[in-house]
Amino acid sequence: MLQARVYITLKQGILDPQGDTVRSALQSLGFDGVADCRVGKFILLRLTESDRAKATARVEEMCRRLLANPVIEDFRFDLEETP
Amino acid sequence: MRFGILVFPGSWSHQDFQHVLADVMGFEAREVWHKATSVTGFDCFILPGGFAHGDYLRAGAIARFSPVMPAVVRFAERGGLVLGSCNGFQILCEAGLLPGALLRNASLQYRCQWVHLRLESTATPFTAALTPGQMLRMPISHGEGRYHADPETLRRLNGEGRVIFRYCAPDGTLPPEANPNGSLEHIAGVCNARGNVLGLMPHPERAAEGVLGSEDGRLLFEGLLARALG
Repeated sequence: MLQARVYITLKQGILDPQGDTVRSALQSLGFDGVADCRVGKFILLRLTESDRAKATARVEEMCRRLLANPVIEDFRFDLEETP
Repeated sequence: MRFGILVFPGSWSHQDFQHVLADVMGFEAREVWHKATSVTGFDCFILPGGFAHGDYLRAGAIARFSPVMPAVVRFAERGGLVLGSCNGFQILCEAGLLPGALLRNASLQYRCQWVHLRLESTATPFTAALTPGQMLRMPISHGEGRYHADPETLRRLNGEGRVIFRYCAPDGTLPPEANPNGSLEHIAGVCNARGNVLGLMPHPERAAEGVLGSEDGRLLFEGLLARALG
C-alpha cells in the first residue's frame, strides 16, 4: 500500500507568530542555536491507489484543491510503501 | 429584499443576522441549510460567523465545498449580493470569491472586543450610501483574522478602491495598537472587482441595536433598503 506524507508550510515572508513563539520558548530552555522557526502541518494519507504515477497526480490535486491554500501556503509530499 | 442566511454546521451568528434583518430592519430573511443545492428567490446571501465544519484544516476550507456553495458562487458571478462576516469572510476567501486569506492573529490570542473602522470606499452597494472616511464601531470576535494578500493583489485592491474597511483609532488614524490582529495595512474588509461581494471580519449583526452599544452595523443594510425602495 502507498502512503503519502504531505508537508504544508507557510509561504516565505508570511509572518508566523506561532513559529516565533516556539523559537523563543526554545531559547528560554537554553536552545539558542535556532535562527528561525516555522510551524506547518503534516498530513498522512493511506492510499488505495497502488500505481505511483497515478497516486502522485492524485495527491497533487488533493493538495491544490483542499489541503493547502496557495495564497498563503506551499506544499510538498512524498510516497512510501507501507504494509 | 429577501435575504438568505447560510447555515453551516458550526455557524453561530445566523440567528443574530436573522433577528437583525427581519425583526429589527423589516427585511424578509430566511435561513438556508448548507446542504441546499437549489436556492432561488433571494436578493442577497449572508455567510455568518462561526466555526463552519469546525474550522478544521483551515477556517472556511471545508465549508467552501458545502453543497450550497456552487449556487452561491453562480449567484455572485451573476452580480448577486453576498456578504460574509467573520467566518463568512474566511469562507469567501477560501472559495475564491474574494482575494487574499485570513491567518492566525499576530498576537496568537482570540480577540473579542469593540473596534473602530474607517470606511475607505463606497465601491460596494453595502456602503454606497455612506461617506468615505466615515467611522463605524462594531465588535470583532475571532482568532484568525489577520488579512493577507500578495503585494500585487494588495496594490490592485488599493488602486481599485476595494479595501472597504480598515481598523483604526477613534480619531481615524492607524497606529499599530489599533490593529487587533496584525492584518496587512489594517485591512478589515474587502470587496470583489464588481463590488457585489463584501467580506469583513467585524460583526455588523452584533452592532445593530442601541441597547448593544452601537447601531453602526445597520448602516450596511440601510443603504440596500434605500436602494430597494428607490
